[in-house]
Amino acid sequence: MSEKRKILICMGTSGIAAGATGVARLFEQELGKRNLADGFQIIRTGDRGLFRDVLVDVIEPDGQRTTYEYVKAEDVVPIVEEHLIEGNPYAKRLAGKSYHDFFKSQMRIVLKNCGEIDPEDIEAYVMHDGYSALRKAVQDDSAQIVKTVTDSGLRGRGGAGFLTGMKWKFCREAAGDQKYIVCNADEGDPGAFMDRSVLEGDPHAVIEGMAIAGFAVGASRGVVYCRAEYPLAVKRLQKAIDQSREKGFLGKSVCGSPFEFDISIMQGAGAFVCGEETALLASIEGKRGTPRIKPPFPAQQGLWGKPTVINNVETFANVPHIINHGAEWFASIGTEKSKGTKVFALAGKVKNTGLVEVPMGTTIRELVFGPGGGMLHKKLGLKGVQLGGPSGGCIPAAMADTPIDYESLQSTGAIMGSGGVIIMDEKTCMVDVARYFTGFTVSESCGQCTPCRVGLKRMHEVLTRVVEGEGVPADLEFLGNMGNTICATSLCGLGQTAPNPVLTTLRYFRDEFDAHVQRKECPAHVCTTLMHYEVIEDMCIKCGACAKVCPAGAVTWERGKTARIDPAKCTRCNACNTACKYMAIR
Amino acid sequence: MNKEISTSVSAVKREDVMKIINAFRDQPGALIPLLQAVQREYGYVPKEAVDLIADELGMFPVDIYGVLTFYAQFYLEPRGRHTIRVCEGTACYIMGGKDILDRLKTDLGVEESKTTADGRFYLETVACLGCCGMAPAMMIDEDFYGNCTVGQLDEILKKYE
Repeated sequence: MSEKRKILICMGTSGIAAGATGVARLFEQELGKRNLADGFQIIRTGDRGLFRDVLVDVIEPDGQRTTYEYVKAEDVVPIVEEHLIEGNPYAKRLAGKSYHDFFKSQMRIVLKNCGEIDPEDIEAYVMHDGYSALRKAVQDDSAQIVKTVTDSGLRGRGGAGFLTGMKWKFCREAAGDQKYIVCNADEGDPGAFMDRSVLEGDPHAVIEGMAIAGFAVGASRGVVYCRAEYPLAVKRLQKAIDQSREKGFLGKSVCGSPFEFDISIMQGAGAFVCGEETALLASIEGKRGTPRIKPPFPAQQGLWGKPTVINNVETFANVPHIINHGAEWFASIGTEKSKGTKVFALAGKVKNTGLVEVPMGTTIRELVFGPGGGMLHKKLGLKGVQLGGPSGGCIPAAMADTPIDYESLQSTGAIMGSGGVIIMDEKTCMVDVARYFTGFTVSESCGQCTPCRVGLKRMHEVLTRVVEGEGVPADLEFLGNMGNTICATSLCGLGQTAPNPVLTTLRYFRDEFDAHVQRKECPAHVCTTLMHYEVIEDMCIKCGACAKVCPAGAVTWERGKTARIDPAKCTRCNACNTACKYMAIR
Repeated sequence: MNKEISTSVSAVKREDVMKIINAFRDQPGALIPLLQAVQREYGYVPKEAVDLIADELGMFPVDIYGVLTFYAQFYLEPRGRHTIRVCEGTACYIMGGKDILDRLKTDLGVEESKTTADGRFYLETVACLGCCGMAPAMMIDEDFYGNCTVGQLDEILKKYE
């Protein structure tokens, strides 16, 4: 049987947003028109993790692969004619060096199938070793599965980094007629999107991981709690659950064994705090998502009061690989206390933004200048990196050689969190970023305990005053004291970590706070109330970018001359400042 | 309340809400999916529906409102014909998402979580659309817009009547 040539089209949320649906349809039409449809298999995959609009791969039966990036509708005919028929790759859209550099230094375990297989086709997953770990597990002793996961050193990928095997052990040993497996897919950290990509690109891996967990602890029911903002992830996961039920990987008799396991999906309704495990359980029970005091831990008393294992999407997606390749293999990757790989969502002022999976212990610098491809704007250097979202912290460029593992990050004041990494350049105001995160946690605080509900609000008011140039020196002392108090006295993880963005910026970027308070200046030219909207002659490269975007006609510029802003016409919309890549407008 | 908007929402029919309630009645903890289903039907959760759900499930309306007001994605009032969701995730914020939001507010003459006077747009912010590589991003209804600039907004808004 002659094998078909394959055309892969990345169709996750971002691929679809860039027009991948139309491109896929065009390929079908154009191949059909030329009676070539039989020779090709068009595979609609999830996102591969790199934002390049529409990505298309052509794979020959011998495995040779050609990748095209930024493919538009008008590129389909030339690709079909020049490449698929004539055999000459279509040069205009060939993926460049930076595309290949992005993947070169990665180690893809969790993301192995993302962008490579059709997530809506269970056969594709099975062909890539899918469900082999579950088949193996249900023949094994369940205590041995728990031991393997413990020995692997896998730690929770959702934030806190608790040993997964220990969680399973506690739940396994807890008494209860009914136990539950809950998958936390309430990916609320702004700037993190690995869970969405895994659910969209490889949903069966999560199902398999959950089923193995169910077998290991003796649970027969699983629930995936997914953010409502991820409609495509929910759709694909539901389809995958239906398919696995049909194939006997879920249901009364998993893989023909006496083990029973089934999964349902619950969609969240927009509350960040529901990422906290006890709040998440309350939400599944139909209540307001407010956290409760631990202990008892969910492993003893979880969903409906029954022993429950709660793990994050990425954690579950690691499990089949650990069962297949063994604890030793997994433990050989990473650092002494942080094993395996971690998926990071790289975003902000960096050239390549996307999902990067690297071994634990990779340094921040390696991440930014390896897969990240370096800074976005040549003239604007690295200033800091924000790790761990609203619970995390900002680390200055001087500490870019910090290895990324749970302990090293914690010692800097940041946290691993879910793996959001936001790169900031000189045109990012750290005070403003601290205020941004505080604003986020103010609106997401569940309101049940005072330090978080009131304290964060006060901090946000003070930070707003500072960015608007109304701050006084005593404000900075207040921020430090209040932040430490909230950390020490809040009930749940949200409150205990919410001041981190402020505390770390105060620690590492104190001079920027001082500039706002004492000189009423924003060194990054970000805080709009402190802007004068005038051109700094020495910095201006006379490019005219500001004049082009000004909607009010306030900027006058001629080729070769410094731009001028007319204060009488300026509406302070900030468009010129956003367009200027040279810090020339203050 | 803007009359134009209210009349565009179909009247709440008892039997329609009952159908939804009955579909979820026997599932423990199904209040949130039930309310989501009601909202899919009407675009918001009407008071009449809350009263009926409370009666049928033996709950107090205040408990249902407690849940409704806790979660950001439940609406107690009808919204405009099109929903604009501006992403306020970290990446979008750093890449200038605030400029987009400010411009929309000025152009549409509307605050966050409010509907324009002509009932055309409802403007809200979301924490993260999960497309940080295309920051700044926004969604109008089901359409996604990445790498937005202030200059494109007029052109984009024109597509929605």
